[in-house]
Amino acid sequence: MRLKGLLLSAVLAAMAGVPVVVSKAEAQGTIYVPLFSYRTGAFSGSGIPIANGMADYLNMLNERDGGIGGVKIVVEECETGYDTKKGVECYESTKGKNPVITNPYSTGITLQLIPKAAVDKIPVLSMAYGLSASADGTNFPWVFNPPATYWDGLSMIIKYIAGKEGGLDKLKGKTIGYIFFDGGYGREPLPLLHQFAKDYGFEVKEYPVPPAEMQNQSGLWLNVRRDKPNWMVLWGWGAMNPTAVKEAAKINYPMDHFVGIWWSGNEDDARPAGQDGKGYLSLNLHSVGANYPAIQDIQKYLVDKGKSQTPKDKVGENFYNRGVMNSVIIAEAIRNAQKVTGKKVVTGEDVRRGLESLRITDARWTELGLAGFAAPITGVSCTDHNGHQSAYMQQWDGTKWVKISDWISPMKDRVRPLIEAAAKDYVQQNTGWPKRTESCDKSS
Amino acid sequence: MLYREAGQFKTRYAADMAIFPIRQDRIGILVILAVAFVVIPYFGNSFLLQAVMIPFLIFSLAAIGLNLLTGYTGLLSLGTGAFMGVGAYACYKLATIFPGVHILVWVVASGFVAAAVGVVFGLPSLRIKGFYLAVATLAAQFFLQWCFVRIPWLVNYNVSNAIEVPTRTLFGVPVTGPNATPTTRYLIVLAIVVAMTWLASNLVHGRVGRMWMAVRDMDIAAELMGIRLLPTKLLAFAVSSFYCGVAGALMVFLWYGGAEADVFNINQSFFILFMVIIGGLGSLIGSYFGAALIFMLPILLRYVPDQFGIPIRSATVEHLSFMIVGALIIFFLIVEPNGLARLWQITKQKLRVWPFPY
Repeated sequence: MRLKGLLLSAVLAAMAGVPVVVSKAEAQGTIYVPLFSYRTGAFSGSGIPIANGMADYLNMLNERDGGIGGVKIVVEECETGYDTKKGVECYESTKGKNPVITNPYSTGITLQLIPKAAVDKIPVLSMAYGLSASADGTNFPWVFNPPATYWDGLSMIIKYIAGKEGGLDKLKGKTIGYIFFDGGYGREPLPLLHQFAKDYGFEVKEYPVPPAEMQNQSGLWLNVRRDKPNWMVLWGWGAMNPTAVKEAAKINYPMDHFVGIWWSGNEDDARPAGQDGKGYLSLNLHSVGANYPAIQDIQKYLVDKGKSQTPKDKVGENFYNRGVMNSVIIAEAIRNAQKVTGKKVVTGEDVRRGLESLRITDARWTELGLAGFAAPITGVSCTDHNGHQSAYMQQWDGTKWVKISDWISPMKDRVRPLIEAAAKDYVQQNTGWPKRTESCDKSS
Repeated sequence: MLYREAGQFKTRYAADMAIFPIRQDRIGILVILAVAFVVIPYFGNSFLLQAVMIPFLIFSLAAIGLNLLTGYTGLLSLGTGAFMGVGAYACYKLATIFPGVHILVWVVASGFVAAAVGVVFGLPSLRIKGFYLAVATLAAQFFLQWCFVRIPWLVNYNVSNAIEVPTRTLFGVPVTGPNATPTTRYLIVLAIVVAMTWLASNLVHGRVGRMWMAVRDMDIAAELMGIRLLPTKLLAFAVSSFYCGVAGALMVFLWYGGAEADVFNINQSFFILFMVIIGGLGSLIGSYFGAALIFMLPILLRYVPDQFGIPIRSATVEHLSFMIVGALIIFFLIVEPNGLARLWQITKQKLRVWPFPY
């Protein structure tokens, strides 16, 4: 009884004590980069490799070069569990430590943070996810989503399909099935898809997967078997991807006519289907594999010394490299900011300028020790916060991804007007949306 | 010692029937209000206000709403998340259709839309009871969530399927949107939550509340005493949904500042239901206790290792906090199956006679 009482009072006291969280005083002369990640929850399958890649590249820069431009980077992970609530909590708890950039790594969290970015003067980097409209730098000076938007991705997939069919005019009369995560992420491409359908004369069949039913898609795939679409496009995330690939294999859908967006192309998405998944296609923004000097350095400085959470055999996997690419953009933005401002210890405002003048040419990728890792990022500017860079198609050969196409460029002329219209719409809905006051740098 | 009623003589029935019959309780409530209205906004940092106190108050309000239905009327509901969503979407639609009317009017008015929807889904409650009613409200949860995702009109045809909160002001001070300071938001949420708690307290202590409790304890007996079951149950659904709707609108407009349909999923419903069960069925203060335990404790736990400088990875902390909170829930339910509110009551009872218990 006494122990019970003691425990009880202890817990009650802990609850009553208002949690005043004091942020630890940060050491002067460092750059603080919080990484929102999710190693727990339903999306951890996709989240863990990305979190590993993001943290490893920045930590490697600390170990190898002593940071960026001689300034150490303080990397701190905050667990969101892909939950918007916790994401906002992470943002609030890191805000006090002067972060130079925010990486929400969830479309839901990004949407919450977009309006806050301009107020708190912390740029948001949502690499190839988030709100497509935020590619419009005139209306969203604080939000960046390079190297490509979902709409770019969709136009690349349609281009690839047209290439296989023998031209855009050959799409007439074909049926394209679209299986997607039934939420903002999966629904965003729909207007463009329907527009394409009208223009090129193909038919669209929609197969929405509700978030709660990600791992239970057999009913939908029965419909796919009935409808027999010529091509299937997958817009999935987390546990939804391997399930879709497995189900497609189960109904003997021709895998080389099944194309995923870049978020549906991890090894673990295709691997569970085993040999049956052979032929599954997915877009990718960067190469797979560890044969790059920079990734070798991660091996040498972190993984071999036990300073990383990454298992040895997972280094260089697709989503691991996605995380690395994300951190390369962060690091380059910080480096740019140092160059533009001449300061060593940069702030969020400086990094925003650094992102606007982001240039990663082929030569720069080589310098970084990542020759040919990704398409050059040269399109980001004051007005264009995305760049609309190219991606390539990869195919699962039963054990690994194989690059099967050249860089496919998006149909920028189709995507850009949509982005501007969506941005205008967003600004109209949010009365009092601040006008851009940030001046453009000459270089951008 | 300090907490005893010796010397406080009641000379009127009203004093005897008061909600806080003991002077110390009345002082206590004033102190709590003073702390909430003055000390916390004055000394709290933006993290405390924005990420701890505002959500805590909003969840408390939703828990009060569910408690009116489940705790006071005995109707189990799993549709809380969806009713919160109705409030949020209604508020968004009303605010965008009639931008001239003040946002806070719509926050409260959206509760009425949620109440109407709640009544519709409450209709089966006359015929089905207990677990079966839970399943019927589960249908409400799925149906409404389906609507949020599939009806583009609800989000004004937004391509991202999200609702965004425009900036609105009150006496020239922004109350919603990114420019609203945490302190302003907190004070508004606090004012609404306090007012609605006071209203709920009056409801449950009055004729309506007694009708609800009679239905909860034995509906046939209640019917024989002349309580009409259908209007009573529907009223409970309406009031409960009203509270949940306002909580949902507050959540999107004063906390998140934008939301996707997925925020109002089944997990949200369970989250609120657990708060009610842990806090204590049929208790208003229990709703606050439940929200504190289920929502605030994990946050607190997450920052404990950091405060002491223990290097634990964020994912490990997350796992640990899941385990600890889970264990605590079981612990509390074993110690006191009637929830934290009952523990609080026992503590007060013991304090009254301490140090000479008889």
